[in-house]
Amino acid sequence: MRKKTWFTWLAMMLAVMLVLAGCGKSKQTAGGGSDKPSTQDTLVYGRGGDSVSLDPATVTDGESLKVTKNIFDTLLDYNDNDTSIKPALATEWTISNDGLTYTFKLRQGVKFHDGTEFNADAVVFNFERWANGNADKFPYYGSMFGGYKNDDSHVIKEVKALDKYTVQFVLKRPQAPFLKNLAMTPFAIASPEAVKKYGDKFGEHPVGTGPFVFKEWKRNERIVLEKNKDYWEKGYPKLNQLIFVSIPDNSARLNALLKGEIDIMEDLNPTDLKQVEGNKEFQIFKRPSMNVAYVGLTATRGPLKNKLVRQALNYAVDKKAIIDAFYAGQAEPAKNPMPPSIPGYNDAIQDYPFDLNKAKELLAKAGYPNGFEIELWAMPVPRPYMPDGQKIAEAIQANFAKIGVKAKIVTYEWATYLDKLAKGEADAFLLGWTGDNGDADNFLYALLDKDSIGSNNYTYFSNDELHKILVEAQTVSDENKRNELYKKAQEIIKEEAPWIPLVHSTPLLAGKANIQGFNPHPTGSDKFTKVEFR
Amino acid sequence: MLSYAVRRVLMVIPVLFGMSLVVFFMIRAIPGNPAQVILGQKATKEAVAALTHKLGLDQPWYVQYMKYIGGLLHGDLGESIRTGAPIAEEIWPYLAATIELSLVAMLIAVVIGVNAGIISAWFQNSWFDYIAMVLALIGVSMPIFWLGLMEQWLFSIELDWLPTSGREDVRNPIEPITHLYLIDTLLSGNTDQFWQVVQHLVLPSMALATIPMAIIARMTRSSMLEVMKSDYIRTARAKGLSMFWVVYKHSLKNAIIPVLTVIGLQTGLLLGGAILTETIFSWPGIGRYIYDAIGYRDYPVIQSGILIIATIFIFINLIVDLLYAIIDPRIKYN
Repeated sequence: MRKKTWFTWLAMMLAVMLVLAGCGKSKQTAGGGSDKPSTQDTLVYGRGGDSVSLDPATVTDGESLKVTKNIFDTLLDYNDNDTSIKPALATEWTISNDGLTYTFKLRQGVKFHDGTEFNADAVVFNFERWANGNADKFPYYGSMFGGYKNDDSHVIKEVKALDKYTVQFVLKRPQAPFLKNLAMTPFAIASPEAVKKYGDKFGEHPVGTGPFVFKEWKRNERIVLEKNKDYWEKGYPKLNQLIFVSIPDNSARLNALLKGEIDIMEDLNPTDLKQVEGNKEFQIFKRPSMNVAYVGLTATRGPLKNKLVRQALNYAVDKKAIIDAFYAGQAEPAKNPMPPSIPGYNDAIQDYPFDLNKAKELLAKAGYPNGFEIELWAMPVPRPYMPDGQKIAEAIQANFAKIGVKAKIVTYEWATYLDKLAKGEADAFLLGWTGDNGDADNFLYALLDKDSIGSNNYTYFSNDELHKILVEAQTVSDENKRNELYKKAQEIIKEEAPWIPLVHSTPLLAGKANIQGFNPHPTGSDKFTKVEFR
Repeated sequence: MLSYAVRRVLMVIPVLFGMSLVVFFMIRAIPGNPAQVILGQKATKEAVAALTHKLGLDQPWYVQYMKYIGGLLHGDLGESIRTGAPIAEEIWPYLAATIELSLVAMLIAVVIGVNAGIISAWFQNSWFDYIAMVLALIGVSMPIFWLGLMEQWLFSIELDWLPTSGREDVRNPIEPITHLYLIDTLLSGNTDQFWQVVQHLVLPSMALATIPMAIIARMTRSSMLEVMKSDYIRTARAKGLSMFWVVYKHSLKNAIIPVLTVIGLQTGLLLGGAILTETIFSWPGIGRYIYDAIGYRDYPVIQSGILIIATIFIFINLIVDLLYAIIDPRIKYN
């Protein structure tokens, strides 16, 4: 009798829980597979982290820029699939023969979201604002234009409005990637009135001319943008609302996609590719590769000082096996420190083949016939170019072991990792880079020039010949001559082997099957102007 | 009783002071310059130096600490290095999200844990007892990360019952009033949204409740077994009182005291330990707020966040101590 009461209780409790759980069971499905036009006009984009600020000039993080890309327009924009230039707020431009004067005709009748007018004065205002700032306020401006107003190295001499819709940039010296720099998301044109009105708080109240108007930001949760009904590109944007949500864990984000809570997810684990590929309700988007993953060989440490040792290690890594095992095939082996999509890529370079005998031979020649011991640092966080640092490090460790090089795998929390790398404390380390503007300078100079030691040249590799070439390439405006310089630079890097270039990966995104017009851009920032649900 | 309570509250001050000092130094002992982390991998040396200076991180530690404490005494928790937002203004929504999640999780843990413990004790060595204790053992040793993903897979994707993540449907967002959404949706009288909130709460709170539930169940069981051996319970059972009567009127009151301690401690742990649950279920709570801040070396947020959690933890334990006196008249505070 007593027993029975308890079982009834228990059963009731279970029943209540199940009812609670099942209550209001969602009927929503992913909606793919049918031919009926969709009525959905809100797109929810799932990503790994939140933005820092929505004033694109003040940030360097990709999460901030991918949102502002949709709120603001730049003078020039990148084409849909690569980093070649197309008109945006500027419709046409002329460059003087000496490469010092750029004159832009501006688009007429464009309004900022606050109703004020876009014109040449607004452009001048924005550039003045950045030039009068400093590295801490507008970090990208200084690094792309050689500093700020009072710096000698500052590239821009002046920016002036010739008339209401014509603006002129006068440079102190030619800067080859100038147009590409202008197209970068951080140099988007903001409403001068709004900048004055909100001051330091502009990053929470962004006002641009872009396809979407900022509506709401709940930190760590979501950013909501609404259609700009007066957008200058007629008939666009197609979506009514664009919502960015942050779901930190890649697997949890995939679960949210499968459940229909989000419409597109980024950073799909290559290992989860199969799960989505076999499902008719979803499609895979591949972001064109503009990255490189590499093993840095710190050229100031132990045996790694010796060029032959670095070359030997290059012979010892089986890139193909790594790609198959950890990238689900979604990467190509790297032979240069920059991806083939970048102008100036040297395709004539022959990669070090996977050849253990050759590697051993070189080690013996360098005086290490029995190998040596080093630390191999593994990246603690997944990145599109490095889905699983720990496992890839293990694979490389096994490769190295075959030529007698005992690598001890070491890892630190991400911020610590970078901090220690910058101080040159690592022997060999895994790292990578995603390009900002599709220019070779943004890879070769940023990562391997001696000027960049202490910032992004973590290998402490210093080569005067390379330095001379890279600095010269920064000022040459003849595209062909410039590309020749970069090709030469890649030859030097191949020979000196400060890196083992690993792969150029294809970052994967997954989304509902009925999404149309979404072209993931190599820069990692996508404009959703033409995206719609079929 | 009152003087005891006052004394306990006053004791909180030196504890928090010590806490602030420990946290202050511990987070500065982690390598990594906040300016570098915030500006990112691609920042120039000049930019890092400029931001370090602006943030005052190039000042001696005692200057930084005095500034921090000075601010605290004026109720100023500082500004987030990363976003520049004042923490005091920013923190409540995160805290509210975690409080809501923890309270629901604790409710589940207590209701199921205590009852499972009672049944196990009453039917000691029965199949229920064995199963419950094995489950409790699994519960204690289950990684929340894995459990969370499995819950999502089973209840959200396979069975399609519950949402996978977040606090609300982003396509139908809730207008926050108190930021405790169960209350907010009731206040606005929106029953659809209330159910939405309940549904979003189920999976993360179950995941979060697993460990305390298991611990509470085991604690209740052993405590009940102890009490049930006593003479007065044997008498009560001999009189033929129903199980319900014996357990809830006679045994539980005495058995619950150690359980209460565990509940107090676990509630505190929940607040701090919600990080994994909050990450898996993208729950915008304080655990994730601090976790993100650690990633960015956002010192003021870490300091103030931990201090707030510590304060709550201390007060929960204070409440538990005071509850002893109410439940068990033998305990006197004089």
